Amino acid sequence: MRYVEEFRDPKAARGVLAEIARVADEIGATRDAPVRIMEICGGHTHAIFRYGLDKLVHEGIEFIHGPGCPVCVLPMARVDECVEIAEDPRVIFTTFGDAMRVPGTRKSLLQAKADGADIRMVYSPLDALELARRNPEREVVFFGLGFETTTPSTALTIQAAAREGIPNFSVFCNHITVPPPIKALLDDPHMLLDGFVGPGHVSMVIGTHPYDFISEDYGKPLVVAGFEPLDLLQSVLMVLEQIRDGRAEIENQYGRVVPEHGNPVSLASIRDVYEARPTFEWRGLGEIDASGLRIRPSYAAYDAEEKFGVGYAAPRRVVAEPEGCACGAVMTGRMKPTQCAQFGCGCTPDMPLGALMVSSEGACAAYWTYGGARVLEAAE
Amino acid sequence: MCLGIPGQIVRLTDEDRQMALADVSGVQREVSLAPVADRPLADLVGEWVLIHVGFAMALIDEKEAEETLEALRGLGEAQETLEQMAESAKSLEVTQ
Repeated sequence: MRYVEEFRDPKAARGVLAEIARVADEIGATRDAPVRIMEICGGHTHAIFRYGLDKLVHEGIEFIHGPGCPVCVLPMARVDECVEIAEDPRVIFTTFGDAMRVPGTRKSLLQAKADGADIRMVYSPLDALELARRNPEREVVFFGLGFETTTPSTALTIQAAAREGIPNFSVFCNHITVPPPIKALLDDPHMLLDGFVGPGHVSMVIGTHPYDFISEDYGKPLVVAGFEPLDLLQSVLMVLEQIRDGRAEIENQYGRVVPEHGNPVSLASIRDVYEARPTFEWRGLGEIDASGLRIRPSYAAYDAEEKFGVGYAAPRRVVAEPEGCACGAVMTGRMKPTQCAQFGCGCTPDMPLGALMVSSEGACAAYWTYGGARVLEAAE
Repeated sequence: MCLGIPGQIVRLTDEDRQMALADVSGVQREVSLAPVADRPLADLVGEWVLIHVGFAMALIDEKEAEETLEALRGLGEAQETLEQMAESAKSLEVTQ
């Protein structure tokens, strides 16, 4: 496929790996004193494991897996609310497939569907809007989930619903934003990071300037990266070169897709439909100021929180993590997935206990899928 | 979740709603051009775009893609040359 295969060329990869090794040696990075690079985005985590990049790079480089998997950071209470909305017989509940298997307190959306709720997986929020057009007697609710990459798709869909005056469509908005949790991680005295590989498709929407605080206020380098193996390797090399040269800059490896100032149409639609919530709860990270979005009052007719009295429109519920689940510690880098007592016994992709095992972008699922057997053998 | 896939715009299907048919690896599907509709829609036919959840989120910049690849291939070729040099050096040692 064009713009994909070229970025998987093994010959070029060998060249970049050799250059990474040279620069890592110049810096003096070793297995015991590694350079710690966080890939923020779950898509990057998945690609690193899928292509075994963590094993291919110089041993003095350690990948720390960031909080950039929206399914993984979703609190259980939100899943419970999805199930409640979906169990209303008037409702057709629509969602991306990623969210179907996340455990709730009572059940996942997949179990609710098996129990008879009308839950449909859709590829696009536009498909949910089409369902609303075709089923005017039903309430069609779309589960709005994801970072800035996905936020424009629901904003543009809500704008389309408003333009056409479709009254039976609403969005349960759980959109979140990337910069606030990065700031929270950088403020955590336990977190020792040397640099970041920045999210490519989030940056396609917001541009590169929202990260300026990372270099200016915290003196850390960040390189926005594409998703193919060569993109990731080149970005790691660019981070290392900055460290070697004593620079801390925001650089863009993914120039073929990411413009410096992002996508103006998408940004305008986000600003029109959404506003920041004062605070938002992240699984494993707790409450983070201004890290989530809600639908503006001018679009209240399309807000499932208002229509169904759930989420932040209802009294707050606190739901404890399941017994023995260490997702929070893994997500903040305090624990490797394999150090969790439940990894591979109480928690597998088929029977997940925690969210990090559910999504293909979760660190635990990536460890299990691409290294599970290897990891367990090594432990025995 | 944030994954996108390159596709080529085949033709416009509904100009009012900014919809077009895109070809993604031989599979055709209708996508919204709204995010890239800050130019005449007709100009987008034949262009490569990054598609995410049914929206063409960005035009792929061919020149940027080529420049990135050039740099990467350069590193690959340099490494190959270095490996060949090392290989020759070894074979020379054997004959000596």
